[in-house]
Amino acid sequence: MASIDTPVRPGRRSFTGRRLRPADALLQGVAAIAATSAAVLVGLIAYKLVRDAWPAISRYGIAFVAHDIWDPVANHYGAASFLFGTVLTSVFALAIAGPLAIAIALYLTELAPRALRGPVTALVETLAAIPSVVIGLWGILVLGPFLAHHVEPWLHSALGFIPLFGSPSTGPQSIFTAIVVLTIMILPIVASICRELFLSVPRELKEGALALGTTRWEMIRAVVFPYARGGIAAALILGFGRAIGEAIAVTQVVGGGTIIQANLFSGGDTLASKIAASYQGADSNIQVAALIYLGLILLVFSLVVNLLAQWVVRQFGRGQGAVSRASARVGATA
Amino acid sequence: MSTTESVTIAPMRIDAPQRQTLPPRERLEQVFDIDELTARYGGRPAIKSVSLDIYKNLVTAIIGPSGCGKSTFVRCLNRMNDLIPSFSMEGSIRYHGQDICADDIDPVAVRRRIGMVFQRPNPFPKSIYDNIAFGLKVNGMKDNLDGRVEAALTKAALWDEVKDRLKESALGLSGGQQQRLCIARAIAVEPDVVLLDEPASSLDPIATASIEDLMHDLKQDYTFVIVTHNMQQAARVADMTAFFSISRGAEGQRWGELVEYDATEKIFTQPGDKRTEDYVTGRFG
Repeated sequence: MASIDTPVRPGRRSFTGRRLRPADALLQGVAAIAATSAAVLVGLIAYKLVRDAWPAISRYGIAFVAHDIWDPVANHYGAASFLFGTVLTSVFALAIAGPLAIAIALYLTELAPRALRGPVTALVETLAAIPSVVIGLWGILVLGPFLAHHVEPWLHSALGFIPLFGSPSTGPQSIFTAIVVLTIMILPIVASICRELFLSVPRELKEGALALGTTRWEMIRAVVFPYARGGIAAALILGFGRAIGEAIAVTQVVGGGTIIQANLFSGGDTLASKIAASYQGADSNIQVAALIYLGLILLVFSLVVNLLAQWVVRQFGRGQGAVSRASARVGATA
Repeated sequence: MSTTESVTIAPMRIDAPQRQTLPPRERLEQVFDIDELTARYGGRPAIKSVSLDIYKNLVTAIIGPSGCGKSTFVRCLNRMNDLIPSFSMEGSIRYHGQDICADDIDPVAVRRRIGMVFQRPNPFPKSIYDNIAFGLKVNGMKDNLDGRVEAALTKAALWDEVKDRLKESALGLSGGQQQRLCIARAIAVEPDVVLLDEPASSLDPIATASIEDLMHDLKQDYTFVIVTHNMQQAARVADMTAFFSISRGAEGQRWGELVEYDATEKIFTQPGDKRTEDYVTGRFG
């Protein structure tokens, strides 16, 4: 071999002497600051929450989450009924919205006539653009009365033997109204993520299934669902996260109340709705601290859900490059 | 076996005496009778007026330059083009005498009889076993599932390589293994015809040779139609060869046309058309 040395011609730099160019240095600096500040911000919020909730934390400890009394007069506070309300509304909203969203996404990607796909997709996405306070108003004025006068009595008479479907509510506000409002709010997000996922299924795979003589449904079950399942799971969890955190619309329609009961047609509160409804009127320090403690619980709850979503994506993504690619996009959408 | 060895072996097989002489065409059983087939995408013709017969238990190769409509043609044979919204066709495709493009024909039923292997290996994101079992279950062949899976993998010369890891993901196989798995998947459901759309184009010479051997071994049971841009491959595997070429119209239009269809021997040694001769001797374009 000849010499490895590169001849240095006049006007050209030698390969040695690596240096950082100013633009690169600037980019690196700005990006590093931006990334660090996001992490620092989360830390600061958590710190502030813990500090302001401290009076309540030191007084009730972790048992706070198990107490179902919220009595500003006697100054006794507990988070159990709000945790219950949060889980109840979110789980039911997800149980209704999940299958519907997957059905919508399937319709839009595989089943609908092509001319219909664009307009319907746009409509579904418009649903996501409605401000939550507007959905809440509609919930009070239109949806709530309709549910209370027509749907709830019917469910009660048909399925009344199940404690969930107790005596119908008297006004437009109830846990049930909140569930339906939340369903409407998370439906478009889950549907549009699922739509993206289904679109990302390679055509060769679908053709491979169809070439075996499968019907469309068999093809969807064999290829589309397995290919997208990690992403679907992540989309559902993210929808759940959204339902947990929604405050305004839920506050408007959920009705209020601190009694833990199975009846969906009674009033109740979620962690988020309780904070939104009571913070302004809180008149004792310990009540404010207790409300912030609720916020802290909500934060931890949301973080756990988010971490769970990431874990699910990684679990399903393993060994399936395509799924992790699709799911990375889900993460980006969130 | 090293790569160089297999490359030197390949041309020898062109003149290999193993090819039996074909009986006269009228003594062969027709599987497809294709008459004046014109296929269009969005109104523009991809192939025009193609008429040819495909015979039972033979390997028929479709050769020709890129863009001559080879793939379009085979995808018509199992109604695969139905999935493309702008597609339309004229003419008739008779399969054992029945027009498979008629309105009352169920494309799903057509595809159960006429299987397909694609250019890029496309195993399902499932285990090796489930890749084969899926088609069997869908087609109601649920008796003796294990036996059928083994038989299909054995036919595709893959059984020995995968028998100890049937439950592992098919995506962990090499490209050549994946393609043989796709062939196994296609033949497991006992189709009558297997269409192969450039099945070896993404494979190395060794994997290609094994797939060619496979077709040779399996043709007593199936009828193969193989699209290939590789003339040696056509010469090696095919009994009949159809040469497609591109025709140009007045306003810059291009479409594919069938130029010549004959016994492979004849196409490669004494082609009847100048365009065929130019193509098979490498003087094309």
